[in-house]
Amino acid sequence: MDFITILSIFVLACFVGYFVVWSVTPALHTPLMSVTNAISSVIVVGALIAAAAAGSTGSKWLGLAAVVMASINIFGGFAVTARMLAMYKKKERR
Amino acid sequence: MHEVAHAPAWVMLAYLAAGICFILALRGLSSPESSRKGNRFGMFGMVLAVGTTLFYYRPVTGIGGADFMANLDGPLFGEILVAIAIGAVIGVVTARRIAMTAMPQLVAAFHSLVGLAAVCVGAAAYLNPAAFGIAEASGLIHPGSRVEMGLGVAIGAITFSGSVIAFLKLNGNMSGKPIMLPMRHFINLGTLAAILILIGYFVSDESPWVFFTVVGLSFAIGFLLIIPIGGADMPVVVSMLNSYSGWAAAAMGFTLQNSAMIITGALVGSSGAILSYIMCRAMNRNFISVIAGGFGGGDAAAGGAAAASDRPWKRGSAEDAAFLMKQAELVIIVPGYGMAVAQAQHAVREMADQLKHEGVTVKYAIHPVAGRMPGHMNVLLAEANVPYDEVFELEDINAEFARADVAFVIGANDVTNPAAKTDKSSPIYGMPVLDVEKAKTVLFVKRSMGGVGYAGVDNDLFYRDNTMMLLGDAKKMAEEIVKSMG
Repeated sequence: MDFITILSIFVLACFVGYFVVWSVTPALHTPLMSVTNAISSVIVVGALIAAAAAGSTGSKWLGLAAVVMASINIFGGFAVTARMLAMYKKKERR
Repeated sequence: MHEVAHAPAWVMLAYLAAGICFILALRGLSSPESSRKGNRFGMFGMVLAVGTTLFYYRPVTGIGGADFMANLDGPLFGEILVAIAIGAVIGVVTARRIAMTAMPQLVAAFHSLVGLAAVCVGAAAYLNPAAFGIAEASGLIHPGSRVEMGLGVAIGAITFSGSVIAFLKLNGNMSGKPIMLPMRHFINLGTLAAILILIGYFVSDESPWVFFTVVGLSFAIGFLLIIPIGGADMPVVVSMLNSYSGWAAAAMGFTLQNSAMIITGALVGSSGAILSYIMCRAMNRNFISVIAGGFGGGDAAAGGAAAASDRPWKRGSAEDAAFLMKQAELVIIVPGYGMAVAQAQHAVREMADQLKHEGVTVKYAIHPVAGRMPGHMNVLLAEANVPYDEVFELEDINAEFARADVAFVIGANDVTNPAAKTDKSSPIYGMPVLDVEKAKTVLFVKRSMGGVGYAGVDNDLFYRDNTMMLLGDAKKMAEEIVKSMG
């Protein structure tokens, strides 16, 4: 991919983000933060590449450390979001 | 343009699919019914992204992976799985144990991890550019990638140190009072300029000192930016750091040419930016003045308290409150963070249940800054089993106060202050407030007449003819009212 292609993806994704986030109900803004937290840990992809790559011991350990941190976020973020969302109930279902 | 190693098409498509799953995860949050499905989309997207990466870089020599994978062996793969497992255990245990009142701290802590992970990935890419496919034939890093890498680690480092300070302030390990350094604007702008200049210089010289000075200065600026911001502005700060963590992921996505990271980064970045905007609007503060800091120190508290004692006000008992509410047709409960501090949510919900049993309509009115982060109060009420369809946002319920027989204010203060609408000299003038004074009777639960809200201003509401002050601990008061109703 050249830079322009990547930039196009980025700019379009910003617009998608803008509209999708405004459509989120204010009642769910806290779960929104925790789930965005979890998904921003997709940075784990970079960490995995670093951890798996040969050639530099320093790079490998930094990668492994980043894998641990991103995993805390991924598991913690999705789990706490699921825990919160499970509490949002309607009148009838109580 | 970039001459970088290309991943095969199926890998690119898998990352794109993961990105779309993340969009659907946020889309699901448009209503509580679809939100749980949305969260599962998010998890699926993450499994897809991680699974694809692990599969592509799996330890099979010579097949599938690029040539630099040839040395990857089984034990290394095992190490990665152990790292994921360690993270999973810490993450899940924390998520299960955390109290809902502590969500802002948890989110700040999570942000700091994203930031630090971004710095680690950036540093790893700097040390081993070939593994990321961003090295030129000479072994040097591609100049374009250097800029992206520099920005990525800078934003990541700011997110990390800023979130650590936000965590300490929210968690009470550090005073919420703003810490004002002399000449701080000069120092901050100078540091930011230095970071940008060094990233520019990094293009022509990729020496370690340039890279690590950028990292070091960015850690420092994250710290310097957040220490002068007061406790009252923390909801904006947490949202802002949410945004930064997104931009850090996006910058890393540019470096690694990974569409899942770019899409996610853009989503999270916009999300945090919009939430910061909503929080600023709810407090009638402008973003620049929040960032400049110094608000919410609580110095004005003493003055407000002195003024409070000279004006006449009415005191009511739990019995009076119970009687008034039982006679009402519509009761609107206005909860604030004070209710959560007193752990009164469950007692309030019991009170509401009793009222509903008596045929009274009960609604909850939530101000956007009722909690410590966007949507925090909604979560706290949901935890206390308040059905979400009884809970309304400010714009949706403000017109109903005129019809309400009782407005029951518990643990909230500034967000009900009519001075925000009328008194131009008030520090909170212009802030959107709940029109509780329009209700026939206002029941205001407060610990004592002395204290004032976050903004340090006296509340006119206390001295109005239709206001009855219920002095005491929020939880005890709510429980006594329940008893009196029985």
